Order: sequence, then structure tokens, then C-alpha cells
Amino acid sequence: MAEEARKDEVAPTSLKTEPQALPVTEPGPLPQANMPLLRIEGVAKKFGSFRAVDHVSLDVAAGEFFALLGPSGCGKTTLLRMLAGFETPDEGRILLGGNDIAQVLPHERPVNMMFQNYALFPHLSVHDNIAFGLRRAGMAATEINTRVAEMVALVKLDGLEKRKPDQLSGGQRQRVALARSLARRPQVLLLDEPLAALDKKLRESTQLELMELQRRLGMTFIIVTHDQEEAMTVASRIGVMHAGQLDQVATPRELYEAPASRWIAGFVGEVNLFDGEVRTREHNRIVVSTRDAGAITVAEPRNPVTKINVSVAVRPEKVKLSRRGPVADGLGNGSINRLEGVITDVSYLGGLTVYKVRLDSGAFVRSSVANTARIGVNAYSLSQRVVAWFAPDDCLVLEQ
Amino acid sequence: MSARRILARQIFAGPARYASIAPYVWMVLFFLVPFAFVLKISLSQTAIAQPPYTPVFDVADGWAAIKHAFGALSIDNFRLLVSDDLYVLSYLRSLVVALVSTAILLLIGYPIAYGMARLPKRWQPIAMMLVIVPFWTSFLIRIYAWINILQHDGLLNQILLALHLVAQPVVWLSTDSAMYLGIVYSYLPFMILPLYATLVKMEPALEEAAADLGASPLHVFWLITFPLSLPGVGAGVLLCFIPIVGEFVIPDLLAGSNSLMIGQTLWLEFFTNKDWPVASATAIVLLVLLIAPLLLYDRLQRRQLEQR
Repeated sequence: MAEEARKDEVAPTSLKTEPQALPVTEPGPLPQANMPLLRIEGVAKKFGSFRAVDHVSLDVAAGEFFALLGPSGCGKTTLLRMLAGFETPDEGRILLGGNDIAQVLPHERPVNMMFQNYALFPHLSVHDNIAFGLRRAGMAATEINTRVAEMVALVKLDGLEKRKPDQLSGGQRQRVALARSLARRPQVLLLDEPLAALDKKLRESTQLELMELQRRLGMTFIIVTHDQEEAMTVASRIGVMHAGQLDQVATPRELYEAPASRWIAGFVGEVNLFDGEVRTREHNRIVVSTRDAGAITVAEPRNPVTKINVSVAVRPEKVKLSRRGPVADGLGNGSINRLEGVITDVSYLGGLTVYKVRLDSGAFVRSSVANTARIGVNAYSLSQRVVAWFAPDDCLVLEQ
Repeated sequence: MSARRILARQIFAGPARYASIAPYVWMVLFFLVPFAFVLKISLSQTAIAQPPYTPVFDVADGWAAIKHAFGALSIDNFRLLVSDDLYVLSYLRSLVVALVSTAILLLIGYPIAYGMARLPKRWQPIAMMLVIVPFWTSFLIRIYAWINILQHDGLLNQILLALHLVAQPVVWLSTDSAMYLGIVYSYLPFMILPLYATLVKMEPALEEAAADLGASPLHVFWLITFPLSLPGVGAGVLLCFIPIVGEFVIPDLLAGSNSLMIGQTLWLEFFTNKDWPVASATAIVLLVLLIAPLLLYDRLQRRQLEQR
């Protein structure tokens, strides 16, 4: 443990003591006080008539772990490739430390990328793969060896320096790719689906290592992923992309609890959606009359609802189940929403159980219940009649 | 398992087991046995007869005949090959022509193959067709077409004159330039195809990763693209070099008659001089010379495989 802690200290200090080691990564003119490290301004890119990236603007601060999240084909990878220099934007500016790098060639950018399939050079050893970028920067041989050793220790690859990439396991290859992209100490590290090729267990432990590494090095990481759990685990802020546009930029909690649109609510996590019309609004409460679940009382959101046609969104874990309903169970509160129905599906997932309830209107509601006790006191069985209930504060009103 | 499938197994199990020896049977019947004949002829004496060398022994004459036949074998023909510089010179010329043409082929073929491999996927089959299309016309006809283009009042001279690049028709035919042109033209597909096959398999992300790590386009090529395409380079070079060494038709039709390639010398010995033993010896030496680079390539490939 003590050694581990010392290593923690070594990496950031060595970062400061040898700033001239890599001329490429040396920051240009110092950014202005309130200027973010990376500023993307109205960047657009078309492939033929397809708008891959449609006027995206985004600021990323130094030292941030930012995730670009979206389904495949949403333009997140194209945006990342524009940051790396493999694509040139048709419009807009990309400012890194105040300098527009939109037209700078990839090999002249102080930005490095970790590729989806790692793109390790198959004819070079682990050592030579990691040293590749350092050699291009014209570093002295002894310095290169020190830096490579440092990187090898950082990603825990000791003893594998002489191996070729195809003599490594998937997880080891992933570490080599990470070490190679970190070796030049880029101002921004871009990660393109870096964990997609790993199995679930390894992916989860690597996510934590990645976070720790980022915090330790104090570097700016931008990760592209289609996996919302991964984005929420590693990133401090997430930008959700959809059809070439950046729909919402928020912290993981905000994204989950206050999604900006119906689409985001459905993309990030599970959600129950009820379409309806606003009926009355009083005392910070809105009553929405829905076709599937009758009148639902919801809390007035911070940004007032202006439209009549809205959707009410409730996360499954906020939908509670009981046999007779909240009032009868002594949890009564006049404005609590009660939906009655029959359980049609029970999925036991270990930590929680997901119930699918068919309402009397024929619509379905999902409720996930944490299994807090070993013996299922709260377990419900198929075709049991239950009351699904949720508080107005747990509902979201989303404009259609 | 159905009855029919069991039956099929019984029928095919036997022959399938022997299928693996088919290549060896082929090698013995169509390479080793003919090679033994040629070797034997090369060790015989010329004779004015039909066939024009001391006859093959007759097994019916018994052991004595066989002993006599073996005793009559001589390496005189091989001595001749070394002593008369006609042969040495044509071997050398063949090697030089093959080396120079292969180098030109690599220089021209590599950019073409690289360009093809980087074309959009839907254009690649068309590019491939364009490379292969010349094979649809007979090789001889294409060489005669070149004679037509290169002759005194041929297409090339007409164009050069029309563009006022030359004042008088240039002599192209019966020159080394014409021969190199013909060889490069004929062998280009054999260089392009193996190169294309390795380049198209290469992950484009590798070149991007190199650029991302600060390598200039030139460095990307020399440090990543070229080393990774070496198997294709090796295959293309051998596919061109070996047949060019033994090339007969192109130098005979397009080059002058001042110096001969080994293929031409062989032809002369066999058909004009009717000296089968010397022709056979020439062929044997040629084969031995060509086996050396083949073995070298084989070893290189094996080492690459072992590294995996």
C-alpha cells in the first residue's frame, strides 16, 4: 500500500519537473483565466448529404473526465476524430488552450487517442509501441527508457515489455494502448470506446482504474461510449449526442434525474412514460390527464411547462408496489399517484427484482424493487393484484 | 445420424484419407521424375541420333548395362557452362534484367496497390478487374501489340512526332528499354495483386495511430505501412523475379540480339544446336540458382510465423 501511495505522488510531480521533455505537448500561450482547456464552437461535419455532426458547441475544462454518450451513428466518434485531427470540420472552431486546431494535422496536435481496437503496431514490442510517440518527439534514448518504464509501471505491465501485441491477452493489449497514448503526456486524451472489447467483469474493474489514473495524472480525458452505465461510472460530466446534435450536457445525476427530453430519458436508463395533456396547475402541482394511467399529479419542474401535450416519466425504482396501496398501508398522502394492475412478469436480477404490471387500461408499468432482505418479504408473484404508486416529486414532465 | 450419412462416410472416408498425399504424387510425377530425366540428359554426351544423346540404358540388358550407363555419365556439360563465357554472361544478364525489372515493378506496383487498397470499398472490385483484364488477351498477342506500338512508324513515334518532342522517329524496338517496358507491362499484375492483398487487410487505424503519436506521413509509411506489407512485397518480388530470370519470349521479341538471357540461350542450345545435354545442364543450373531465393523466402516466412 505504501509503495502504491508513493507511486501516486511520483507521476504528477514528474509531470511538473520536466515540462520541456516534449515540445509537442508544451502548452502554447497560456489560456485566459476563464477560458476552458478545450472549446468546441459550432462544429459541423457532413459526409455527402448525411450530417454526422450538426453544429455542436461544448466546453471541457482542464482536468475533467468528460464522456460523449450516444447510440451508434450519433456522430460521437466523428466528433472525437475531429478532435484528434482525422477529420476536418466543415464549419466551426476547435480551440485548445485558446488556439484553433481545427486544421492542424494529427501528428502536430498535443492530443492523443486510444483507439477502439487499440491499433497496436503488431510488428513492434510492447516497449517499442509505448516508445513510438516519444521517439517521434525526438526524446533522448535514456529519457525514453525512463518514461516507458514509468508508463509500464503505471498500467502494471511489468515484465511484458519484450512481448509482441499478439502474445498478450485482451486486457493487457488494452493497457499497452493506454500506456502508449499517455506516454506523450497529451493535453487531452481521447478514448474511443476503450473498454468495448473487454468482458463485463474486466470492463468494470478497468473503469475504476481509468478513473483513478485520470485523477492521479490530472489529465483531461474525453471518452466516447455507447454504454450509459460506463459513461455514468467514469465521467464527471456527460454529453448526450443524438442524430449529430449534442442534446444535453450534465452530470450523471442530472442526466438521470432531469433528462432534457423524452429521448434522453429513454436512452439513459429505464423509464415509464405516460403521454397526456396538462389539466390543472396549482400549488406547484400539475395534473396531467393521461390515456393510460388516468390523472397523474406531478411536481412543477424548474423550467415551467409551456405546452399542453406532455409526457410524464417515472423511473422504475421510483415506482413502489404494495398489496393494498399507500393509504391503506399507512403511507397515505393525498397527492400520491396510485395505479392498480396485475403483475405479468417478474425478473429476478439478484440485487433487485423488476416487476411488470399490466394496468387496467392495458398499459404496462415497470417497477424495480431492491431486494434488501434475503428472504423475500416484499416479493410479489405472477398475476397478483397490486397497487403501483409514486410521489409527484419523483415524476418528470417532458414536452413531447 | 441418418443411414444415408453413415453410407456417405463409408464411401468418402477412405479416399479422403488419401487425398492428403495427392500433392506429393503430383510433385513426384510432374516434377521429380521429369527433373530426373533432365538431370540424366545433362550428364550424357551429345550424339547424332534420335534423341540426340547417348541412349538411355535398357533395364532388360541387366546390371552390366546399368553400370555401363552410369559409368558413361560425365559432368563435361557443366564444365562447358563455366568455361564458355556465353553461358556465364547470359546467366548474369538474366539476373540483372530480373533485378532491375523487379525493382521497377515494385516502385510502380506499390503505389498502385496502395491506392487500390485505400479506394472506397465499392470501387475496389472494379480496380481489381482493371488489373486482371489484360489476362483476357493472349500474352503473345499483347507483346506483338507492343511491337506494333514501338516500331519505326508505330503509335509511340507518331505521338512523339506530333507533339514535336522528337525530330525523327526514335528506335525503340530491339533495345533494352523496349524489353524492360514489355517485362514491366507483363508482370505488373503479379506485383500488384499480392501487395494489394496485404495492404487491404491492414487496419487503417494503425496508420492513424502512428500519425496520432506524432509520425509524419513519411514516417508512417516507413515505420508502419511498409514493414507490415513485407509479406506482400516478398510474394510480389518472387512472383516476378523468378519467371523473369527464365523469361524467353519478351527479350526475344523486344530486345536486340547482342546479348542473350538464359532462356534464349537455352532455346538456342535445344532447338538450333540440338545439343540436348548442354541445354539440360543449363536448365539444371538455372533451377538451382532460382531455388536459392525461394529457400530464403521460405525461411523468412517461417521465422515470421515462429514469432507469433
